[in-house]
Amino acid sequence: MNTIYILWLRQLKRYFRSRSRILGSLGQPLLYLVAMGFGFGPIFQKAGAGNYIQFLVPGIIAMSILFTALFSGVEIIWDKQFGFLKETLVAPVPRFEIMIGRTLGGATVSTLQGVIVLVVSTFIGFKISSLSMLSVVLLFMFLIAVLFAALGTVIASLLDDMQEFQLIMNFLVMPLFFLSGALFPLSGLPTALSAVASIDLLSYGVDGLRGSLLGISHFGLHIDLLVLTITTLILFTIGSYLFSKIKI
Amino acid sequence: MENNIIEVKNLTKKFKDLTAVDNISFNVKKGEIFAFLGPNGAGKSTTIKILTTLLPPTNGEIEIDGANPVTQQDKVRHSFGIVFQDPSLDDELTAYENLEFHGVLYKVPNPIRKQRIEELLRFVELWDRRNNLVKVFSGGMKRRLEIARGLLHHPKIFFLDEPTLGLDPQTRNHIWNYISNLNKKENITVFFTTHYMEEADKVAQKVAIIDHGKIIAQGNPAELKAQTKTKTLEEAFLALTGEKIRDEDAGSQDFLRQGRRMWHR
Repeated sequence: MNTIYILWLRQLKRYFRSRSRILGSLGQPLLYLVAMGFGFGPIFQKAGAGNYIQFLVPGIIAMSILFTALFSGVEIIWDKQFGFLKETLVAPVPRFEIMIGRTLGGATVSTLQGVIVLVVSTFIGFKISSLSMLSVVLLFMFLIAVLFAALGTVIASLLDDMQEFQLIMNFLVMPLFFLSGALFPLSGLPTALSAVASIDLLSYGVDGLRGSLLGISHFGLHIDLLVLTITTLILFTIGSYLFSKIKI
Repeated sequence: MENNIIEVKNLTKKFKDLTAVDNISFNVKKGEIFAFLGPNGAGKSTTIKILTTLLPPTNGEIEIDGANPVTQQDKVRHSFGIVFQDPSLDDELTAYENLEFHGVLYKVPNPIRKQRIEELLRFVELWDRRNNLVKVFSGGMKRRLEIARGLLHHPKIFFLDEPTLGLDPQTRNHIWNYISNLNKKENITVFFTTHYMEEADKVAQKVAIIDHGKIIAQGNPAELKAQTKTKTLEEAFLALTGEKIRDEDAGSQDFLRQGRRMWHR
């Protein structure tokens, strides 16, 4: 238990100490919100789909959680040969606990990042439809965070150096984001795109956030919750197995 | 023999078609300072990884303080402290927090943990800097902190993989003083590698030289010099291993090292 706690605490300390990182990672979501939100807003309105900022914010929250969480997992590649991981791997503690601590730490940090984006977006006009759902909003944020932190761990356990990082960004992270319905409604899409969106795990995260923040949901909150919980458990299990096999 | 704290018998490690460690045997006595020397790529780091439970051996028998590093990992892990070749501190944490983290992982209970951290930070002369982030430390300070960290759980064996690499003579001298003191005072067994032969000559009671995965000579420094009819351990080392320069292929680790340098200036 102490092992998990100290690893979790480490992730948090690192996060709060790098203010430039907090600010830096706010830049991208803000740019998306302002440029796309206000840029596409009028067209969205004309098409009769309502306020685009309202629609977009849950997607952008999901995006910033995805980026932060996945990266917190992928950081293991860096740590693998240098730095801390080596120190933890020769310590007399089960690797499973190390993996849990790290992942939960990364997930907590990513959830905070999501909360910050949510708060900032209320300043540019975002309105939460029902405050009583906030705990559900947080639950979805945390689920997305754990899911992708665990996915990051899986990837990091399989890769040996940062050379492949660009590959992950272009062929995994960006598609996960763009095909998830973060930017557009999932109803009325061409069949192929709709099929892809329904196997993109982030779709369920975005949908869950939209459902709990605005009360509009494509799959239904129960389905979102179910899909995210099950896949999180699966990825977590795979992640901790692969993590236990890491050789340095 | 119960006098030996490390026993290695016919240890072999193969990676696909490469034999990194080829049927080596050696013992280290309790309380001894043991130098494990060899050119680059000779198998030093691989051997250390096997002894410290990070890699399973292909063949052979190993005992670390009476335990088997393959089947009794936790017992072995409690028995040693280690300073790795590459820095392994968390730069974003303070000196104190790095030690605290180690203490928690090794389950050193709290009143004792605080007391030992202070003792060790004073020992390596970093107590005044305990609340500074490690990223502002010089290479020598980081090494001293790693030494303090490796000792926090009172290990019986201390592994040091090129602990003085890239440090100035003053710091190197300082570090060996700490280690010799510790060895005398606490009777801790020290197992180290280095490329500085005069260091090994000065502090080691026993030396093993490994080349191409095989141990080609063992003994105290005087014996090795006598055996090769040379005056210094460096000459003895060159006589035994030849003067040819070893080229190691750059692995992913070297790429990462470069990357790290770029990132951290």
